[in-house]
Amino acid sequence: MSKDLIRLVDCVMVFDDDVILNSINLTIKNQEFLTLLGPSGCGKTTTLRIIGGFETPTSGDVFFDGVRINDVPPYKRRVNTVFQKYALFPHLNVYENVAFGLRIAKTREDEIKTRVNDSLALVGLLGYEKRRVHQLSGGQQQRVAIARAVVNRPQVLLLDEPLGALDLKLRKEMQAELKAIQKQVGITFIYVTHDQEEALTMSDTVVVMNNGEILQIGTPQDIYNEPINAFVADFIGESNIIDGVMIGDCDVEFSGRRFECVDRGFDKDEPVDVVIRPEDLTVGEGGGQLSGTVSSVTFKGVHYEMMVDSGGFSWMVHSTLSQPVGAAVSLSVKPFDIHIMRKGKTA
Amino acid sequence: MSRRYAFPHVGWMAVFVVVPLVLIVGFSLTSADGGVTLDNFSDMMKYAPVFGRSLWLSLISTAICLMIGYPLAYVMSREKPAVAAAALMLLMLPMWMNFLLRTYAWMSILENSGFLNQLLNVFRLPNVHIINTEAAVVLGMVYNYLPFMTLPIHTVLHKMDKSMMEAAGDLGANSAKTFMRVVLPISVPGVISGITMVFVPGVSTFIISRLLGGGKTLMLGDLIEMQFTGNAYNPYLGAAISLVMMVIVLLSMSVMNRFGDGGESAVVL
Repeated sequence: MSKDLIRLVDCVMVFDDDVILNSINLTIKNQEFLTLLGPSGCGKTTTLRIIGGFETPTSGDVFFDGVRINDVPPYKRRVNTVFQKYALFPHLNVYENVAFGLRIAKTREDEIKTRVNDSLALVGLLGYEKRRVHQLSGGQQQRVAIARAVVNRPQVLLLDEPLGALDLKLRKEMQAELKAIQKQVGITFIYVTHDQEEALTMSDTVVVMNNGEILQIGTPQDIYNEPINAFVADFIGESNIIDGVMIGDCDVEFSGRRFECVDRGFDKDEPVDVVIRPEDLTVGEGGGQLSGTVSSVTFKGVHYEMMVDSGGFSWMVHSTLSQPVGAAVSLSVKPFDIHIMRKGKTA
Repeated sequence: MSRRYAFPHVGWMAVFVVVPLVLIVGFSLTSADGGVTLDNFSDMMKYAPVFGRSLWLSLISTAICLMIGYPLAYVMSREKPAVAAAALMLLMLPMWMNFLLRTYAWMSILENSGFLNQLLNVFRLPNVHIINTEAAVVLGMVYNYLPFMTLPIHTVLHKMDKSMMEAAGDLGANSAKTFMRVVLPISVPGVISGITMVFVPGVSTFIISRLLGGGKTLMLGDLIEMQFTGNAYNPYLGAAISLVMMVIVLLSMSVMNRFGDGGESAVVL
């Protein structure tokens, strides 16, 4: 992690009166794996396309290595893209697809051969040179798309939901592989996804976006453990979000009871969102802070997911021990697992 | 899928394709007195100039159609859907009018005292003599067959994933290189379809050459028609000419399809 490579300053994007991006400010460091995460329509792909040069921001500036590149066309940027649907050239075989950028750059034939072979080796596709694109599986096409991009030795690789079309198992494999490739080639990856688990697994930095705005920037741990508002908490992992009122510092009331927490600096009687992760709730058979009834139990592999109705709210609880449906149980939570968020806070 | 569902199709093909073909071959090998002969084919030699002219004029027309049709299709495929739909409509509209009527209209436009020359008179420009020349025939053919060139190319370009062009740009190709290395090669099947759909009917066209060429530029279609309806009534020679023309067309098509990269062969109507 070193110097700043890309900077977006007050980038605004408006299409037909729709505000797609609302004043985005983002700094991307050299060699980091940064993920733009958010629901569809949040502006993450537009942000990526601005960096790739496929869109020009309505206002605001894009800097690459300190140089303003708003008006630099894609073919002059030291950035390559792995497209969502791969966009491989159907009239060329695997070798020629990967060699495309090098041929445009009029690279010597022997160097093309070495670099294409290196790239194909990187993605594990040696021996597939002569195949036509449509003869490849989705996962193989994905690898060709990655090889075609990295063979040009870009400073930045942009990836637009590259694993979206793959099945779960393949996606997991490719996640690990992409991370390994990024380490090996040592360049910046900017990755767009709506899959929070993917973002947490692969990234150095996660940028959570919604409605054209950046909500939170941080390491996966920061984002998961200290979500800045209820939206981020809900989007990253599963959460119980319940209305509460601050009684004072480290003192919050929700579900008809007062709880000790660790948050300070709120107004007295300020309405807040209280966020508690399902795995932070402990189920007991009495003596806890809340009491309720188990309304459903679902086996999830590693844990059971139980819904516990208590005081009109349905709590989601993750536990390795299950309770039968209809059982009267108690719930308890530790003070530092209660996350207090201001209502409607965005950044 | 059971094969018996194909029987209606097989029956249709037998009655309307195989039987006429067999009849044509039979007639072409028959002399006027009913004997078997190859004279029909040797007689054809004196019509070599007609063969040459037909091939030459439809080749020129096909080339002009391609030169106009490709850019047209390219521009349309990049326009907004509403604009593209309107342009397509304008292109197709004349096709819904009677073919004969359209050709007669061109006659009155191109005549020596026709609309075109009257217009030139208004601007005090020298008149042009087009009617009854090969140029008029080519013009008529280009006008009639342009949609058949434009539509298949437009379909291919329209269906092409636009991210393909972005990918080329991303990999360092400017717009000229993107066109030459990505758009053009991908659109080859459309171009081949277009060429086929202009060249094949072009070779056998007959009304256009008669009306706009003034009978001086006899083409294969006219020649065949004359053998069946004219004073020169000779269906045996007509069948032989048709057969040879079909072989020429099939040969040119198989050559064309070779450019289609094996996988996607052109649509032959």
